[in-house]
Amino acid sequence: MTNQVNAPRKAAGRPVAAKSVKSRAAAPTKRTARAKVAKRTPAEVAALTKVYREMLLIRRFEERAARSYTQALIGGYCHLNLGEEAAVVGLLSALERTDYLFTNYREHGYAISRGIDPNRVMAELYGRIDGVSKGWGGSMHMFDITHRLLGGYGIVGGQIPLATGAALAIDYRGGSEVVMCTMGDGTTNIGAFHESLNIAALWNLPIVYVIINNRLGMGTTVEKSSAEPELFRRGAAYRIESARVDGLDPLAVAEASAKAVSAARAGRPYLLEVVSERLRGHSVVDPAKYRSEAEVVQLREHDPVVTFGAQLVRDGVIDADAMAAIEHEVTARIDEAAAFAEASPAPDVATLFDYTYATPVANDSRRLPGQPLFDPAPLPDPGEDQ
Amino acid sequence: MTTMTFRQALQDTLRAEMLRDENVFLLGEEIGVFEGSYKITAGLLAEFGEKRVRDTPIAEEGFTGAAIGAAMLGLRPVVEIMTINFSLLALDQIVNHAAKIYGMFGGQAKVPLVIRTPGGGGQQLGATHSQNIELYYAFVPGLKVVAPSTPADAKSLLIAAIRDDDPVLFLENLALYNTKGDVPDDDTPAEIGRAAVTRAGRDLTLIGYSRMAHVAAQVADQLAASDGLDIEVIDLRSLRPLDRPTIIESVKKTHAAVVVEDDWLTYGIGAEVAATISDGAFDYLDAPVRRVAMAEVPLPYSKSLETAALPSVDDVINAVHQTLDAVGRRHQKVGHD
Ligand SMILES: Cc1ncc(C[n+]2csc(CCOP(=O)(O)OP(=O)(O)O)c2C)c(N)n1
Ligand SMILES: [Mg+2]
Repeated sequence: MTNQVNAPRKAAGRPVAAKSVKSRAAAPTKRTARAKVAKRTPAEVAALTKVYREMLLIRRFEERAARSYTQALIGGYCHLNLGEEAAVVGLLSALERTDYLFTNYREHGYAISRGIDPNRVMAELYGRIDGVSKGWGGSMHMFDITHRLLGGYGIVGGQIPLATGAALAIDYRGGSEVVMCTMGDGTTNIGAFHESLNIAALWNLPIVYVIINNRLGMGTTVEKSSAEPELFRRGAAYRIESARVDGLDPLAVAEASAKAVSAARAGRPYLLEVVSERLRGHSVVDPAKYRSEAEVVQLREHDPVVTFGAQLVRDGVIDADAMAAIEHEVTARIDEAAAFAEASPAPDVATLFDYTYATPVANDSRRLPGQPLFDPAPLPDPGEDQ
Repeated sequence: MTTMTFRQALQDTLRAEMLRDENVFLLGEEIGVFEGSYKITAGLLAEFGEKRVRDTPIAEEGFTGAAIGAAMLGLRPVVEIMTINFSLLALDQIVNHAAKIYGMFGGQAKVPLVIRTPGGGGQQLGATHSQNIELYYAFVPGLKVVAPSTPADAKSLLIAAIRDDDPVLFLENLALYNTKGDVPDDDTPAEIGRAAVTRAGRDLTLIGYSRMAHVAAQVADQLAASDGLDIEVIDLRSLRPLDRPTIIESVKKTHAAVVVEDDWLTYGIGAEVAATISDGAFDYLDAPVRRVAMAEVPLPYSKSLETAALPSVDDVINAVHQTLDAVGRRHQKVGHD
């Protein structure tokens, strides 16, 4: 078996795991890597700055989404990637533009990191015509065919068989693309996860399954919901190579993701567990009362955006002025996205029946509520039957 | 025209469509080496190989979902779910995903998928293996549901389903696989969403689909011989969309209708047909619309109980007689007034 242990084997309580993960991130090999940061080439500096900027863009986008939600500009459920920025940016850095991404309902950050215009992501949240899914999907169902983001799925685990099938289609055509399929920790307990991993392994499909282990379902811990809480080990049941990585470190995630993607590209499915954090509630409306004060304080200390920014400054990659400039630029970018979303029109009600079927079909019902099935007919002639 | 069984029509059509379009491929449990539980895919693995005739693990949700994902990338999978009972394991992927993907993402991805699956009782398979739950799928916008009753329709509707860019549930029936009929040699697809008037008549409209379209035709023939009745028969062929105009046009002519169905009565397909008639031909009706459906029980194994629970030709004949009696009484009353 090729399962690798890249992280502490004991993942009992959240604080313990967070501490261990952090200590692993500061392991000697990493130190050496970090020590070199100061001597990076301009290209490397630009790449690191880009990673930070992208993380910050997601952070500010999500904060803005939360605000707009409380102002009732956004409806439905709204799950944020706050705390998962390093995981998102690191993971997607390993994908080619032609690769496919399937994810779940906590996906605004993925859409942005995939390169989709934040204006269109925000417009989707606002339910407007310029949204990525034309206002049909909302927060949970972002889809953009040109960026090969194939959803955004609100049913826990629903994306996993679909992503597996996309990998099947690639394999069928002899293509060289891969599929990345992300999911939460709680999702690894659903049947679709196990059925799909089995199929992917049997058929050698080019797919990376990613578990974003933020250590909570909605409020239920991994230990309470998964009999094997070291989730990456579940790959062993399907002889799928797997690893666990510190999701607070974007560079570590990027490295692990690159390795996973190259295995998948060689026709070996891969399972990558990214140990992450959820800084706020399950969704915007969740006050997360099930978390202790101490835990929340500790969460803030591990904030990946702050930590990574400070790291870059400390390593001399970026100075305080440049940090401030990025902050300024990102904030302006988010303001623009919100303004764009607000200005975008709502979809025309006349288009309500445009997306039921791709192939037009006889006798398709196109009636608004209350409209009669048939036009009122003239009464039959009473004499007719006599 | 060639005379062949329903099974042969399906098999020939699958083969022809696979030859025509290399994006068409088959997947399901035991469809390759075992050649299918009901042998619809016999010989296809040998001809097309494992890439295009894929045996899957017993994982309805997993492989149906994988077929949907493959369809999103432009392949045209034809899934076989061994019987419609097992499709319940794939319900999430069919209802929450296949049916939603085109609309929910603003028309950016199509799902050109066919799910072939047989229903049917009367084989003493007991409660879990004898259900007719096509209604679950016919309820869902975004899905198309077709239910051929003849080998000719099996061919033309399967062609239509495979070439359609939407997910189509293609309902087969265990009791029909060995039935024979004439099948046109050309590959003209049927039009999904259209019923067929399979027998013209003036006295009453008898409406059925799948196996019950046969029962309806049989009843019409029998009553023509025994009572000189002139019954019109409609084979729905498509459950979603439902061809309401054809139903209404017929009832406006006959003034009476009986719906025959192999599913349960309450909330069943017949309920929708009856409601349609009430909406579109209320003033033309001379009697209430009757429905003949399966007894509302988990279907028992014992032959005597099973037979009693399933709608028979006699049950339908009784319902037709009672309906026409009601018409007669009403006419009499009018005559006496
Ligand atoms: C099939 C299904 N069951 C339940 C839910 C409700 N639900 C939404 S998110 C969630 C928790 C999922 O937790 P996890 O997989 O860890 O992902 P996270 O939200 O932490 O990113 C639940 C139970 C759902 N959307 N779908
Ligand atoms: Mg979680």
